[in-house]
Amino acid sequence: MKALRPLGWLYLALAYAFIFLPVVVLVVYSFQDGRLPVPPFKGVTLEWYGKILSDRDLVAAMGNSILLAVLTSALALVLGFLAAHGLARVRLPGSGLMRLVLIAPMTVSYLIIALGLLQVFNQVGVRPSLVTAGIGHVVINLPLCFAICFAAMGDQQKSAERAARDLGAAEWQVLVQVSAPMLAPALAAAFFLSVTFSWDEFIIAFLLTRFDVTLPVEIWSMLKSGLSPATNAVGSLVFLISVIAVVLAEILVVRRRG
Amino acid sequence: MTAGVEIERVSQHYGRAKALEDVSLSIAAGEFVVLLGPSGCGKTTLLNLIGGFAEPSSGRVLIGGRDMAGIGPRARPTTTVFQDYALFPHMTLGQNVGFGLKMRGVARAARQARAAEMLALVGLEGRSGVRPHELSGGQRQRVALARALAVEPDVLLLDEPLGALDLKLRRQMQDELKAIQRRVGTTFVHVTHDQEEAMAIADRIVVMNAGRIEDDGPPSRVYLRPRSLFSAGFMGEVNKIPVTNGQSPLGPLMPGTGTLCLRPEAIGDQGELPLGPARLEEVAFFGTHIRARFAPQAAPDLPLMVHLPQGAEARPGMMTNLFANNPVLL
Amino acid sequence: MTIRQSDIRLGWGLVAPALLWTAGFFLLPFAAMVAMSFARMEGRAIVPAFDPGNYVKLFTEPAMLRALTNSLEITALVTVISVVLAYPLAAMIAFRVPPKWQRLALLLAILPFWTSYVVRSYAWLLVLGQNGVLNQMLAGVGFAPLEIAATRAATVIGFVHFFIMLLTLTIYANLIQLPQNYARAAADLGAGPWATFAHVILPLTLPGVMTGAFLTFVLCIGDYITPQILGGNAELTLPQLIMLQLGRSGNFPFASALSVVLMAIVTLAYLVMARWVRLDRI
Repeated sequence: MKALRPLGWLYLALAYAFIFLPVVVLVVYSFQDGRLPVPPFKGVTLEWYGKILSDRDLVAAMGNSILLAVLTSALALVLGFLAAHGLARVRLPGSGLMRLVLIAPMTVSYLIIALGLLQVFNQVGVRPSLVTAGIGHVVINLPLCFAICFAAMGDQQKSAERAARDLGAAEWQVLVQVSAPMLAPALAAAFFLSVTFSWDEFIIAFLLTRFDVTLPVEIWSMLKSGLSPATNAVGSLVFLISVIAVVLAEILVVRRRG
Repeated sequence: MTAGVEIERVSQHYGRAKALEDVSLSIAAGEFVVLLGPSGCGKTTLLNLIGGFAEPSSGRVLIGGRDMAGIGPRARPTTTVFQDYALFPHMTLGQNVGFGLKMRGVARAARQARAAEMLALVGLEGRSGVRPHELSGGQRQRVALARALAVEPDVLLLDEPLGALDLKLRRQMQDELKAIQRRVGTTFVHVTHDQEEAMAIADRIVVMNAGRIEDDGPPSRVYLRPRSLFSAGFMGEVNKIPVTNGQSPLGPLMPGTGTLCLRPEAIGDQGELPLGPARLEEVAFFGTHIRARFAPQAAPDLPLMVHLPQGAEARPGMMTNLFANNPVLL
Repeated sequence: MTIRQSDIRLGWGLVAPALLWTAGFFLLPFAAMVAMSFARMEGRAIVPAFDPGNYVKLFTEPAMLRALTNSLEITALVTVISVVLAYPLAAMIAFRVPPKWQRLALLLAILPFWTSYVVRSYAWLLVLGQNGVLNQMLAGVGFAPLEIAATRAATVIGFVHFFIMLLTLTIYANLIQLPQNYARAAADLGAGPWATFAHVILPLTLPGVMTGAFLTFVLCIGDYITPQILGGNAELTLPQLIMLQLGRSGNFPFASALSVVLMAIVTLAYLVMARWVRLDRI
């Protein structure tokens, strides 16, 4: 077993190399001074970054994505939080079934959710837009927010809510002044995860938008015109933004705990 | 400020299980009542019905003469000190204590003044800005009490509030609880399974078992002249001697049929009721008294537990003529 | 015990918005899709019917059946490879990396997760393509170039890359929860490292691993992007076939039938693994 130890570390190194390989290639060739993001590396240029940042469609798509992610996550969080609170608070008949229904979309491929919505929207004559895609994003994020909120509602939470009612708080006051502040970490986590999922979601946005597309859809259409360092630049930029967000969140969490 | 509580023929069923069975109880305004009983006896259920956390399956609950049917905890003139305190972890002590007043639309300055006053009442002056997690168990308990009293409820409900404290702290808090109740004059309904706690604080003890009230009266009466065998046993250790038509294994003791209940400290070498000679089998020193086991000559297999005075002469093997006081036949 | 009517109304009021949303935008579309799967295409028009023809077509036309088996094979391959590769990685991080550095190690292990999903597949194209990094490196040391892009291998590599990250995270979370005393007790009772692993650690982490594997299965079999970008059109998977029906001919009935089958496969997988999978743990 002792002899195997170096092998373990070797495996760790290889695994990390495998995990990082595509990202490193992506970032390195976003600086490629040439038309193709493949070897040989011809030198460093920021030309491609300049090009994508002046690309109106791309910037608009990024704006759409941010808007969509934030709004749908907020809506999913509110719906999920209220439902979790309702089911944790009152023993309703059929509450087990309701939980199942609320969680169900989590186990279904996004493609199927998108296809179903597309058919319904077609039939009632609703045109694809950012709004229809947003509806789909709430469908996929609602179960997530519900599950996280429901799991976070422990005995301490219920007991504090009970005390608040006993002291004369109306239900909305209980929600705003006791439940939400006590659940703040879970709510933040649910919101953050939702934003991540929505921001990166492709198939629903692809099928349910037409003109005002999101970033993943815009990148998809860039791919169709073949390999280009411009695509690398977009990918690297998205990566950079996400990493900054994650590191910030991590620092905030660590600080809080410390 | 204070009001009486009427429980009228209340039953509470959870599916098939019966938590309360036709319970009636009248609590006077300003009274300190303790609901005492083992877990599952229905005492917490009764408290929940008064606080409005549940509706009875049948019967009525009246507070200050007003029928409480359909009225939730929010609108009742009651507040509760919960077993787990249920302090809001994200609020300071001042905000916790002022919460009920905030819900009643009291202005911030008045709220803060009242919160400070209530914290002072429970011995936590100047700690308004502290958060609950910085406090010890006993301190949290005091904050929960201050919070519940801040809104000047007519009836304060206490659900095993001292259960999580260690013994020494519990005894200390009992005295304080009693003192505070005297000062504010609010009706206190306190639930516990600790009979010593009940006797220490109650004006009146209600002994409950299996969804019914077994006994109801001042502590000394309930202890000395219990109305049921259960009550006698729950209030403290008791020697039980079967009596049939005036005859017992120890010989003729008193007229009637039933179980003769004798407290260990009511037996000694003098008293109103002679029990006959007995042999001292075993002794243990308990500080305040000597605990001794006697085997009566007439019935050696019916041992009597006796508390002898600290300085009494007690050697195993010695014979004594035993007498008893306060005999109760149930 | 009597529940207050006002409480019940309140409960419903709180649950209703989420329930209505899920019913209107998930259950209803799903039902519509099932209904659609029995409709007929006449020319470019969709005719409502109760015609199992779409399902017959799927299970009788070799090209369609091929897509189904492709999907199943790729998904099975990806799930097994990912678990086998991720477990040792998670174990190394949990048991060998000093606790102080574990959080960082984990964060690094899932860092590429934060690139866009579409971009990640594209990045693998840069690595595996004909003139890609891998082949250039091979050429540099005198090897013949490999034809990986636009093959099943490329799809599998792309998938495995993504799911290793996901599984490392879930398996690590399970490993770190194990009370240390279990392993100590096993060692104390004379079990060697391998026996400890096989008899104590593996069985205890199996539910977590299975949940992760199920998640991998669900996400993998329903994914369109990775096979489309990396596998190309050489061999189609079920999602690719579905998208093809939508794009080329607007054949919603057949696309719906394919989706229903996809859904059925996932449900079947859940039933098979239900013993271990706890959805509320995801």
